[in-house]
Amino acid sequence: MPGLTDQKSLRTAVAQATLQALREAEIHLPDDVKQALERAYAAEDNPVARSELEAIRENIRMAESRNVPLCQDTGVPVVYITIPPDVPFTDAIREGVEDGVRQATAEIPLRPNVVSPCTRENTGTNCGMGMPAVHCTPGEAFTLTVLPKGAGSENVSALRMFLPSETRAIKRFITETVLRAGGKPCPPVILGIGIGSTADGAAALAKEALLTPLGEMNPLEQEIYDAVNALGIGPMGLGGKTTCLGVRIREGGCHTASLPVALNVQCWAARRATVEVNYP
Amino acid sequence: MNALSTPLGDEVLTLRAGDRVTLSGMIYTARDEAHLRMQEAGIPFDPEGAAVYHCGPVVKDGTIIAAGPTTSARMNELSGFLLDAGVRALIGKGGMGDTVREQLRGRGVYLAFTGGCAALAASRMTLKGVFYEDLGMPEAVWAIECRELPLTVAIDAEGGDLFRDVRLASEKIFDEMF
Repeated sequence: MPGLTDQKSLRTAVAQATLQALREAEIHLPDDVKQALERAYAAEDNPVARSELEAIRENIRMAESRNVPLCQDTGVPVVYITIPPDVPFTDAIREGVEDGVRQATAEIPLRPNVVSPCTRENTGTNCGMGMPAVHCTPGEAFTLTVLPKGAGSENVSALRMFLPSETRAIKRFITETVLRAGGKPCPPVILGIGIGSTADGAAALAKEALLTPLGEMNPLEQEIYDAVNALGIGPMGLGGKTTCLGVRIREGGCHTASLPVALNVQCWAARRATVEVNYP
Repeated sequence: MNALSTPLGDEVLTLRAGDRVTLSGMIYTARDEAHLRMQEAGIPFDPEGAAVYHCGPVVKDGTIIAAGPTTSARMNELSGFLLDAGVRALIGKGGMGDTVREQLRGRGVYLAFTGGCAALAASRMTLKGVFYEDLGMPEAVWAIECRELPLTVAIDAEGGDLFRDVRLASEKIFDEMF
């Protein structure tokens, strides 16, 4: 059993990593997302779509030069941690994440977004009632990844339980969900799709799919990408070629009588950052 | 590009959906909670020619840090009283419903600001005051002076609605695809 000093230093190390990762994610977009936006800008000829993408490009520059968050919806952080065998998996990890989020909220600063679901009372710290969500898996290195997620895109995410015979309906379901969402999720969007597992597992897979950087797509990802972009919704729903910057699918084994499909919609401000936790 | 400044007058009636404009002068943020309170307690600023911005900014030490638009559709059923009181422009993202489009007819416009562009917005804003601070940072009504905010006219005063046009075209493409 690790001693109290170890617990304290573990908590501090995780808090520092959380603050550092959030600062990076909230202010700087990952390179793969920036490059995808540049490609979209080069491809657009619709003047409204071009001006929307121009505002996004200027915004990315402004956030970096002013050292402020890209979007006022700084989101709620989702945290993914890999823990090597020599690090004790204890409450200190979760407590460290909460410390880091509280610090980030005051210092970066972040908008306090976490409220009680029914009373809507704001905790003021982005912590409380099980928030932030923390997912831990064993790993070789001690790393911490944050994926802060705003509500505009999260609110149009969807889950559907299909019949096992309905695999061909997946593309239609995703395309229809994006169509109904229109400009609400701040397109151009990135689509994280979870296929398989259980209802809760598919939702988790869909969000985890967003951790994979944009790049070459598999045939189903490409098919969905082409279908969604053919809709012409365009940046912000004002029309244009670019509705979606990329599609990422993660699959999980599932019950023979089941086919869960979850979609997690990510806005163009696809914020994520990974840092190494400095412990011991 | 049209350069608009508040208080807005009849010049907004000639704008057409798809036009690019810039907006300068005072604007007031309001989200769901602020709309509900204003409906009950009255509008705390002069609504004549005003622009209401659907936004919950990040504010620190009296400075606007980040102030992009929030989803306007949540305010679909909460905007009529503002337009009745003389508000000339609603600013937000994602478009608004049929009711608002009709309420804007002959009176005002809905201006789309690029979602997520909070740092760009903040770089052109100065905080001037606040109402309803007890509602919390995102829901309070912040009085902000802005300089040349770049916007797209999405709903005009003649019923032109770019979001609706795009949606109808997309629905048609979807129906042909599946």
